[in-house]
Amino acid sequence: MQNLIEIIFSVSFGYAVLRVMTPILFAALGAVVSDQAGVINIGLEGMMLTSAFTGVVVSAYTESAWLGLAAGVVAATLMALLMGYFSLKLKTDIILAGIAMNLLASGGTVFLLYVIAHDKGVSSSLASKVLPQLELPIIKDIPVLGAILSNHNVLTYIALLSVIVVYYFLYRTPLGLRLRAVGENAHAAESVGVGVHRVQFIALAISGMLAGFGGAHLSMGYVSWFSRDMTAGRGFIGLAAEALGGRTPFGTLVASLFFGFADALSNYLQSLRVPSEFVQMIPYLATVLGLAIYAQRQRAKKALLSKKG
Amino acid sequence: MKRDMLFEFGRTLVAIGLALLLGFIITYLVSENPGEAFSTFLLGPLSSVRRFSTFIETVIPLIFTGLAVSIVFQASQFNIGAEGQFFFGAVAATFVGVALDLPPVIHVLVALLAAAVAGGFAGYIPGILKARWDASELVSSLMLNYVFLRLGLYIINYHLRDPNAGAMVSYPLKETAWLPQFLPPTRLHWGLALAVLAIIFCYYFLYRTRWGYALRMTGLNLSFSGYSGINTASVIVYSQIVGGAIAGLGGASELLGIYRRFQWQMLPGYGFDGIIIAILARNNPLLVPVAALFLGYLRTGADIMARMTDVTSEMVAVIQAIMILLVTAQAFLAGVRHRMVVRGAKAHAKLD
Repeated sequence: MQNLIEIIFSVSFGYAVLRVMTPILFAALGAVVSDQAGVINIGLEGMMLTSAFTGVVVSAYTESAWLGLAAGVVAATLMALLMGYFSLKLKTDIILAGIAMNLLASGGTVFLLYVIAHDKGVSSSLASKVLPQLELPIIKDIPVLGAILSNHNVLTYIALLSVIVVYYFLYRTPLGLRLRAVGENAHAAESVGVGVHRVQFIALAISGMLAGFGGAHLSMGYVSWFSRDMTAGRGFIGLAAEALGGRTPFGTLVASLFFGFADALSNYLQSLRVPSEFVQMIPYLATVLGLAIYAQRQRAKKALLSKKG
Repeated sequence: MKRDMLFEFGRTLVAIGLALLLGFIITYLVSENPGEAFSTFLLGPLSSVRRFSTFIETVIPLIFTGLAVSIVFQASQFNIGAEGQFFFGAVAATFVGVALDLPPVIHVLVALLAAAVAGGFAGYIPGILKARWDASELVSSLMLNYVFLRLGLYIINYHLRDPNAGAMVSYPLKETAWLPQFLPPTRLHWGLALAVLAIIFCYYFLYRTRWGYALRMTGLNLSFSGYSGINTASVIVYSQIVGGAIAGLGGASELLGIYRRFQWQMLPGYGFDGIIIAILARNNPLLVPVAALFLGYLRTGADIMARMTDVTSEMVAVIQAIMILLVTAQAFLAGVRHRMVVRGAKAHAKLD
């Protein structure tokens, strides 16, 4: 127990939490934007994977990590638009379309990896680049806090900034208002002249873009290579964090931190011979509970409204 | 009605054809010898007895999860949880197979029962959460996959792990718990018969019992069913329980029939396969084996192609993705359907 407390309050643990949280937070913000527009993006996992792969390949060929990042984000966004085309235009069930995207990414990346690098497991034969780590001026000199907050991959800071950007976008811009209106009641939004499909397309594109950043972090920050199915469910965890965070950007940040915390903790616990399975289970159980409580509250609210009406 | 079915059938064929065409184009682009690669893919499973039996083996778990997902889909509930239910069922069967000492036949039956209970329990949770608190079964079943993955791994790695084996695997099952393989040297096992029983059960359950009737009506129109006196909350719960139990049985069948010691450290993916199959089979239990045979055939063909030629088996994932997208796209070929309806109506008008 003593050990455990020491670990949790150690500087390297705090650093690890932020590092582990980064891809989850990107995915979760992507889930917030699409869900607020009434389109559930189950394909986040596949979009992240696509971006992780594209980033590695493009950065290896252009010798620029930034071009790799850009290509990864574009690839993930295109995938989101493809999903949008099928679900919004051709009326494929959006959840099935998402599952298809995940399949496509999981198989497609391994297939292409074999074509490009003649390896079905990892991309180590490609000399891909890594996005730089950033030293924060002033903050880095603060004791303890500096060591936790500074010197992260640049994408970690972009992720934290994205929370504010997404918040501003959703609650302070006309497009954000329309987006939420579409999610709240598509028919009502349509009746006042909002192009529902157009808004949902935009929401999906933003969602894919954010997933793209998260995927790039995995292969060009977290580690420096691509390996098959390296997202390992982080897209789904993002959906969980979004549900746990009550579909708001800041709630989602807290939930993502919680997931990052549990994940980092389980890594440390393994070294202490505590069954890490239980620690890893907690965030998912918490999500299920949170979901039930949230749904219950929504229902109570609805019942109250209909009584008043 | 008949015209609708014909149209659906035709559209499914067109979708499959397009997906295969895309597969061929991809093969053509990457292979030195695309003709050989693609014909190996399409004909491989039929080229020897061993390959054919591998193909049939592949189909068995697909039938189980296909049925599991179909039942839940018929109630218009979502089910991404077959993945975890399948896994947890296999864990339960392992526990019975390793820890208990029972006479032959009975041992197998107890292991199967344990798997069905474990899977049913895993299905019960999203069901009751939806029925009582209106919590999205989509998200909860997805999350529970990970819960049951960890819980299962804990049971295997901490209580049933064989320290003498090189890898993270359980002790081998006692022979009394094996589902016998009936056609050596192939690995075809009695799980096949179990799968056939499951198909018959699901059909009978859905179309010949009042529970199945209530389930299908709830799926067609939840509010209407509620007003006409069906207890829709309980329908939602038992559809998930039955689905979970069947998925759990599937896990047990794989384990008792083929692996005989637990060796998964990740979710094996059969739950998502089940979704593809349910879609292709239009949630009809009698069509599930057809869809499972089709998917299993593609899988086996792709594996053989990967071994024999320079194209990797992952190509089939791309084909599957395109199939899901096109088969479920309601607006795909909608123009053709529209013309069919108009022509039908005109013919009808003339008759009058």
